[in-house]
Amino acid sequence: MTLLAVENLSVSLRGRPVLHDISLRAGQGEVIGLIGPNGAGKTTLMRAILGLVPHRGRSSLAALPAQARARAAAWMPQARDIAWPVSVETLVMLGRTPHLAPGQPASPDDRAAVDRALTRMELESFRHRPATELSGGEQARVLIARALAQETPLLMVDEPTAGLDPAHQIATLHVFSALARDGRSVIVSLHDLGLAVRHCSRLIVVEAGRIKADGPPGAVLTPDLLRDTFHISAWYQDTAEGPVFQPLKVLG
Amino acid sequence: MMTLTRLLATLVGVLFVAALVIGPAGTGPVASLRALILGDGGPLTLVMREIRLPRALLAAMIGAALGLAGAAMQGFLRNPLADPGLIGVSGSAALGAVIALQTGVATMTAFALPVSALAGALIGVLLVLLLAGPRGGSLTLILAGIAISALAGALTSLVLNLSPNPFAANEIVFWMMGSLADRSMTHVWIALPLIVLGSAMLLSLGRGLDALTLGEDAAQAMGINLARLQLTLILGTAAVVGASTAVAGAIGFIGLVVPHVLRGFVGARPGRLLPASALGGAVMLLAADIAVRMILPERNLKLGVLTALVGAPLFLHLIYRTRRAIA
Repeated sequence: MTLLAVENLSVSLRGRPVLHDISLRAGQGEVIGLIGPNGAGKTTLMRAILGLVPHRGRSSLAALPAQARARAAAWMPQARDIAWPVSVETLVMLGRTPHLAPGQPASPDDRAAVDRALTRMELESFRHRPATELSGGEQARVLIARALAQETPLLMVDEPTAGLDPAHQIATLHVFSALARDGRSVIVSLHDLGLAVRHCSRLIVVEAGRIKADGPPGAVLTPDLLRDTFHISAWYQDTAEGPVFQPLKVLG
Repeated sequence: MMTLTRLLATLVGVLFVAALVIGPAGTGPVASLRALILGDGGPLTLVMREIRLPRALLAAMIGAALGLAGAAMQGFLRNPLADPGLIGVSGSAALGAVIALQTGVATMTAFALPVSALAGALIGVLLVLLLAGPRGGSLTLILAGIAISALAGALTSLVLNLSPNPFAANEIVFWMMGSLADRSMTHVWIALPLIVLGSAMLLSLGRGLDALTLGEDAAQAMGINLARLQLTLILGTAAVVGASTAVAGAIGFIGLVVPHVLRGFVGARPGRLLPASALGGAVMLLAADIAVRMILPERNLKLGVLTALVGAPLFLHLIYRTRRAIA
């Protein structure tokens, strides 16, 4: 089943073209890593897919009414805004917003979804702490839990691993793999190609607003692409411990 | 949460009755209430029904309106320093009232002043909507509000400046200090429909304001229509603040301080803060209006002066506490 279909999506911001004719599809059970240099348009692509920026072309999600879209896809933006010192549990419960009618209080199902999200992100012990008092990495995990609590078929996250310690970076990507095993899909933008290679089932390379490559990590990250798009060379090998990718040096 | 609501509601009830029975007529509380409810046709019934009842009703209504509007504005802008006056409604309502006082229209009927103030509020809010644009985020709203406030303030000063009549100028200055003295049921009927309508609009924003805790992008992605939320907020605030300013003048600090004081008691949730701040605002304004009648009754202490005198130090204390929490 297709969870997302994007056709000829283009975006111009203040008259400057940012995305050109992007087409892609996402099925079930995929962890799609969105990679590309700074300013390539990864964030704009995800926001346009959700209909948060004016665009031309078609995105199956942007075409939905707001509440239906919020039940089809969850979005964790890169900006980690937590405006008020609400408890972690309250914050994660916000993820249930699209599932509630106006004035309807949270049901036991909603509480169960919040509990599952807190458990997946190993946040049970933080449940009653004010979210604003946590460290940056802890806040990032709380915000991921909020997106998980939305329990949508598709999850879109913008650089969730920035600021996380290595253990929690790996744990977060394991959570995404577990979602994929349940038939859900994740689109995640990443800068750490080592993590992307090990944990994503598919990589989409964005460069200057265009899709440069789309496929399994081994087929995408060729020496030529690394040189042309990322301007680096790297050591990349399938080992007994799985694929290992290590960037080596900047190419002039 | 329930206990807080119950506590605040009880306080509103107690203060409302106190506002009814405290006054210069010096009659016992039981006699006063009997005269109000049963009506013996005597002068006490007249005092109760025509003077004290409208005053107590207005204090409760306007306090609730200002507290609610303050909580909604702070939730929308995600800023504890936001105030319902920020979008320029109170300034433009005051300008409308000042023009009515200056031209002498206000002396013709009891309706003239509040209606003129409401017209001012309406023009102000339309200009803010026009300036902020349909998709303009919170920043353009603040800038538009500041611009309209400044313009209304300048025009108010101009009217005072050019006023040939010192009595009118005096009246204007006193009116701008805010008061509930000598208001009638007419004022209640003018303000009530707008305050009820605007409050219903603001109370409906709870879920959207909760979602905005995570920023505009995340809230939109959770299905919140931000353009509609902003329009509802502006129109609701304009209705309650415009109506309040039209009948009572400028009463500051309630919309700023009350949400700030109560935030900790509702787990900082913007949605839950709305009804709590409405009750808290009613408590604060009823208490303040009783206080102006008990402190210096012969000098006619103005309500807006008292709320600012109490509100500003309270606000300083809150800033001090916040600073300590951050450090």
